[in-house]
Amino acid sequence: MLNIKNLHVKLEEEDKAILKGVDLTVEAGKVHAIMGPNGSGKSTLSYVLSGRDGYEVTDGSAELEGEDLLDMEPEERAAAGLFLAFQYPVEIPGVGNMTFLRTAVNAQRKARGEEELSAGDFLKVIRAKAKDLKIDADMLKRPVNVGFSGGEKKRNEILQMAMLEPRMCVLDETDSGLDVDAMKLVSEGVNALRDAGRGFLVITHYQRLLDHIKPDVVHIMADGRIVKTGGPELALEVEKNGYGDLLESA
Amino acid sequence: MMAADPKTQATEARIAALTLPEGNGWLAKARQDALGRLQATGLPSRRDEYWRYTKPAKLVQPEPALSVPAAGEDPFAGVDAHVITIEDGVITLPGAIEGLEIATLANAATADIHWARDLYGALEAAGSGPVARPMAMLNTAFATDGLLIHVTGAVDRPVHLRTTGASDPILHHVVKVERGATLTLLESGNIGARSNIATEVELADGAGFHHLRVQGPEPALHVNTHIFARLGAEATFRSFTLAAHGELTRNEAVIELTGDDATATIGGAAFGAGNFHHDDTVFITHDAVNCESRQVFKKVLRDGATGVFQGKILVKEGAQKTDGYQISQSLLLDEDAQFLAKPELEIYADDVACSHGSTTGAIDETALFYLRSRGVPKRRAVDMLVLSFLAEAVEEIADEDLREHVTELLADWLARG
Ligand SMILES: Nc1ncnc2c1ncn2[C@@H]1O[C@H](COP(=O)(O)OP(=O)(O)OP(=O)(O)O)[C@@H](O)[C@H]1O
Ligand SMILES: [Mg+2]
Repeated sequence: MLNIKNLHVKLEEEDKAILKGVDLTVEAGKVHAIMGPNGSGKSTLSYVLSGRDGYEVTDGSAELEGEDLLDMEPEERAAAGLFLAFQYPVEIPGVGNMTFLRTAVNAQRKARGEEELSAGDFLKVIRAKAKDLKIDADMLKRPVNVGFSGGEKKRNEILQMAMLEPRMCVLDETDSGLDVDAMKLVSEGVNALRDAGRGFLVITHYQRLLDHIKPDVVHIMADGRIVKTGGPELALEVEKNGYGDLLESA
Repeated sequence: MMAADPKTQATEARIAALTLPEGNGWLAKARQDALGRLQATGLPSRRDEYWRYTKPAKLVQPEPALSVPAAGEDPFAGVDAHVITIEDGVITLPGAIEGLEIATLANAATADIHWARDLYGALEAAGSGPVARPMAMLNTAFATDGLLIHVTGAVDRPVHLRTTGASDPILHHVVKVERGATLTLLESGNIGARSNIATEVELADGAGFHHLRVQGPEPALHVNTHIFARLGAEATFRSFTLAAHGELTRNEAVIELTGDDATATIGGAAFGAGNFHHDDTVFITHDAVNCESRQVFKKVLRDGATGVFQGKILVKEGAQKTDGYQISQSLLLDEDAQFLAKPELEIYADDVACSHGSTTGAIDETALFYLRSRGVPKRRAVDMLVLSFLAEAVEEIADEDLREHVTELLADWLARG
């Protein structure tokens, strides 16, 4: 599903390499986790995949189901099925959460040549999904993420993901800022979307999330590279011993 | 004889292209008086401090520089209102409306006594006190017609004044709202290739005046407006202008709070591209106790467009407990656009709370990326952010239905580009 080969990325404005040859393949139906020390390049990878400005790809490739992601505008990547749950969801004053989501859902449908959802149908769907995530009607009406608590912002990301039904979901530290109950809710939201046609890349620092969202594969990223890949036991090792030994042996 | 200076020459050339309507009644006297003040002052030129950011030449020259645009659609279509049309200078009044007396300037001129006699040109003359407003003097002297609206009671619906057609109209309206009465006035029209419109508003104690004006979206317009308002105790004045795509617009508002506990709010949302030049110039005088004034202006500028804001709050001696607020903000969608702001406070009382702020910003790239990452195409995402930026100004429209109407209009205009 997602194929990243030898991806090298530097900052556009300065001569600073951040990703130094990332190789990663996520198969449909699988959940891959990425762990790694602060500053190792995990968020950068997610931004480069979704097309944020400010980075320059100097080598390598990234494909989604055979399509060259790096050649597309951010909205085209979204329409192609990529979704990024942001580590820091953005506040947008003056744009209603509901309006935003409906615009997004319909823009994607339109880009894929599908019929747009009517206001009524959209409302039905979003109400049900919001309820599952314990997001109340008031939060749907408020401006996007404005005045939301940290946990509410993360739940709002998952709501967007549930509405957009992407094929490849990248979750950047969606667990940070969540209380124990919210972590469960969010995990249930993610697990509900798990199916044979969908891939997940879950960036996290903690085993806790992986207790709920069981990964098939765990990668360790350090200094802009995937330095180790293994099964769920790798995450347990990190939890127990930190990165020290792992990075030395890599 | 010595040759006249350029300013006098320009003034005389403009006057020569106009005719002072005949007569010797009260209106003729007011016109003569304004003409005298105009000749003493001279029409604005680039050298005048008050016209530093906006070149007045196209507003001043004897003939308009543009031709008449085709009649556009009615921006207030669907809003239930009493409609007054001014088409090619011909005023069509609606039937009798309870709480309102409406006359045309042309008709009132022949009456010996008329309520407008004490107001026509009087507020304009007073408003030309601290800063000369020769374009308004010209208007008072040469207005071809206008409406005299006397509000004596509750009016069931807004009055919509729709002006279209004529090539270079000079219109002068006077509104007098009696104690406790309220009027909502909507204004629209692709008012000729060039227009000079002045409105004088007198609010008695406890009177209310809500003004909502739409300028555009026709691209080729040269517009110069003045609103002069005088507020009695506990009176409420609100004026909001939505403007799009005009080539040269200068909207001046001169508001004087003369009775205690009065409130004045003036705001605007404007967007344009290319040779769009939009100037909001506001002068608010606090001359009573415990009054509040708000100025909220937002502009979105693209492709070399220019936005101007000159706003002043003058708090006179004794105008204690004044609450004066002023904010002007612009969103520049590219590097060629520019916003020029001159906020001013002049305060002669000690117990006041006045604040002003002016900002110029670019589009929030992080927000733009966030929207696009969800699949919203770039153009649409920019429109959403523009709309949200302008929404804060639109909030100043007190009436919820009208506020929503303007928001939809704005979204529609943005979508059309
Ligand atoms: N726009 C930028 N300007 C300067 N430095 C940047 C920029 N983007 C990323 N970096 C740097 O690149 C490195 C990787 O950052 P990134 O955010 O990808 O790390 P991360 O692995 O997500 O860390 P964390 O676990 O703390 O979220 C860091 O050293 C960071 O400071
Ligand atoms: Mg990160």
